Amino acid sequence: MAKTQAEYDVIIVGSGAAGGMCAFVLAVNGLKVLMLEAGRNYDPVTETPMFQLPSEAPLRGGGTPEKPFGYYDATVDGGWQVPGEPYASAEDANFLWWRARMLGGRTNHWGRISLRMGEYDFKPYSRDGLGFDWPMTYADIEPYYDRTEALIGVYGSNEGLENTPNSSPGVLMPPPAPRVHELLTQKVCTKELDIPVIPAHLAILSQRQDADGWPAKLFPNNELAQRVVRDSMASRAACFWATPCGRGCSIKANFQSTTVLLPPALATGNLDIRTDAMVREVTVDARGRATGVHYIDKRSRIDEHASAKVVVLAASACESARIMLNSQSSLFPDGIGNGSGLVGKYLMDTVGAGVGGQFPQLENMPAHNQDGASAMHVYMPWWLYGEQAAGKLDFARGYHIEFGGGRGMPGPGAFGGLESYTNGAYGLRFKEAARRYYGSWMWFDGRGEMIPNEDCYCEIDPDGVDQWGIPTLKFHWKWSSHELNQARHMQHTFRDIIVAMGGKVTSTVQDDGARAIAAPGQIIHEVGGAIMGSDARRSVLNQYCQSWEVPNLFVPDGAGFVSNADKNPTLSIMAIAWRASEYLVDEMNRGTIG
Amino acid sequence: MTEERKSPIDRRTALKVIAAAAAAPAVIASCQQGETDTAASPPATMNPLAAGTPSDPDLLAPVVPWERSLTPDELDTLAALCDLIIPADDRSPAASKLGAHEFIDEWVSAPYDGMKKDKVLVRGGIVWLDGESNRRFGARFRELAADQMTEICDDICYGPDAEPEFQAASRFFDKIRDLTATAFYTTKEGMEDVGYVGNVPLSQWDPPPPEALRHVGLS
Repeated sequence: MAKTQAEYDVIIVGSGAAGGMCAFVLAVNGLKVLMLEAGRNYDPVTETPMFQLPSEAPLRGGGTPEKPFGYYDATVDGGWQVPGEPYASAEDANFLWWRARMLGGRTNHWGRISLRMGEYDFKPYSRDGLGFDWPMTYADIEPYYDRTEALIGVYGSNEGLENTPNSSPGVLMPPPAPRVHELLTQKVCTKELDIPVIPAHLAILSQRQDADGWPAKLFPNNELAQRVVRDSMASRAACFWATPCGRGCSIKANFQSTTVLLPPALATGNLDIRTDAMVREVTVDARGRATGVHYIDKRSRIDEHASAKVVVLAASACESARIMLNSQSSLFPDGIGNGSGLVGKYLMDTVGAGVGGQFPQLENMPAHNQDGASAMHVYMPWWLYGEQAAGKLDFARGYHIEFGGGRGMPGPGAFGGLESYTNGAYGLRFKEAARRYYGSWMWFDGRGEMIPNEDCYCEIDPDGVDQWGIPTLKFHWKWSSHELNQARHMQHTFRDIIVAMGGKVTSTVQDDGARAIAAPGQIIHEVGGAIMGSDARRSVLNQYCQSWEVPNLFVPDGAGFVSNADKNPTLSIMAIAWRASEYLVDEMNRGTIG
Repeated sequence: MTEERKSPIDRRTALKVIAAAAAAPAVIASCQQGETDTAASPPATMNPLAAGTPSDPDLLAPVVPWERSLTPDELDTLAALCDLIIPADDRSPAASKLGAHEFIDEWVSAPYDGMKKDKVLVRGGIVWLDGESNRRFGARFRELAADQMTEICDDICYGPDAEPEFQAASRFFDKIRDLTATAFYTTKEGMEDVGYVGNVPLSQWDPPPPEALRHVGLS
């Protein structure tokens, strides 16, 4: 692309939730920004397969090693394996590292689940003596949650439940009405099992944004920000309740960095984006200040250098840690900003485990449209804080429940296994059975908090290098009993829900958590690797995602996470990145950096 | 590669983007006037950004990048079996009319480990099926009368009930039944058969209809 700036204030590595948010906040505040993205350019407005049927795609749209979530999934050049960009796992670690090599990164296909961390989640160590406290409080981040939700558009409701924060009045959009299977689950869970079932929070516009009201509220005294945000909000349509969010959204009704953050950032005239630019390392001067980055231009395969006053790593938790570890110099022999030795340490993912069921009362359902927001309309937040505090549970942290089912669009595997309900039906009996059982299955998934531990980390693999000549990562992993016991608890809870609803369990309920838990990395919520803290000896970053040792180096992505609450991390990444970006602007204006 | 193709979203593109999204409500309006079929058909334009590789295919113009490998003879036998599994009735056509046998060819010809295993199972199964048809009735499977086909398939349609000598054949039958169902129910006709009525833009999202709530005792 054309280079529009003679020099840059800030280089941002990565264009997803963190990189997109930083680029947006910095650009509307007048800083000159260069964004480097390792993947290709991507435009959801022109590229998204809206409404296409599985029958139009290879393998009826089913997943392959190159497209793990199916043909129509938005992910480009991504998945748990990226050709030419390997990684290693220590024996028995079995870590799976998802990457998406595209503008906007994983925000293009993510689940849009946008749950706030609560007061407890910022101070977990103070509550139970495990893990670490964050260097900031919920109150510090709360305004940025409000602003992020208002900017990107999130539906949901305020229920006032423990450690499940309300948003400020007027911030959330109305949640869509639950579907039949959701109402049925809600009734049984709340009446018989004391499990709350409340509207989910998803980054999907249930109505058009208030393009005339929000800009002035979000950016008082900033005409530029107000103009670009007004235009951006006015360009987004409300959800029309069809075609899955995971494909991306050509009408910009859900949140993607590429539809919500990058267009207004570009419209300021302060942002240049260079795609196919794979960053290898951060360079430093004799004083130990960051001077820029080396990156490989993937098209020419030539190592280039870009300079700026400040470097922001927002390449995803593990990729940012990798860049830091690979940024070795005489001043930083173990990697930039790694005097604590903690870069790469305390990686976390989310605990995941699920159980399926079949429900006779859902059979032969009168036909009606159940597409909705494609993802869930309601969910169960963690509800056993009291039991946990009373020592009645054998794990320390909570999980929420995501569930789904109903009469969605039949995909590959539709009605596989129907023979077990019909003693091997074929012919007209098979067609009749398909009509009867369609929409009668449901699945319950737990998403739980993992506690950081010494055994989960990444390091530079002495034997590994990728096709760009960049040393690769090796992962180490070991769950603690907290995660394994939590996974077992999920299994038993989901069985109880299914049975209470009068359903039949269709998967194996595991009594051994190790057999139930999803592989590390599989839930794609990996965070940590450059944790924040209030003590430079025991953390990599301060509460503004700023390196303790290199004041003009920021890492505002998931790498800085100190814990991994059951609240899916993307919303928190954006809120924290917004706050860090404002701090960066202030510090530049004060002349302390850059 | 053109300059246009290399450039990330520049301001000119961003403006086009905004114009396209602003037009979205008009799309909804036209769909509500009964033009949903146009929304469901693939756009004719190719995606200039996609590399066309397996990890970056053109999602708007899908192609199967591998060669099919079954013979015309095998496909004929498969078509007969697919239609026995999902025959025509007053609601929807038979599976082969929607390309089920051709989908199975696409599936078993794919360059992935699971499908390579399925290819062995399917090709071997076809040989067995025609052989068994010949042993019992002196003709190939596709030439049999309906009751003759049923007589064979009743022996192999359900593994837990199948005799030991039919276990391998029942695994073949099970695979074909699953693949036929996938092929059939992922088409517009198959979706209509089971009463899937989504994939259409709506101007608002409504709670479930009363008859659906009554159905589960929630009214």
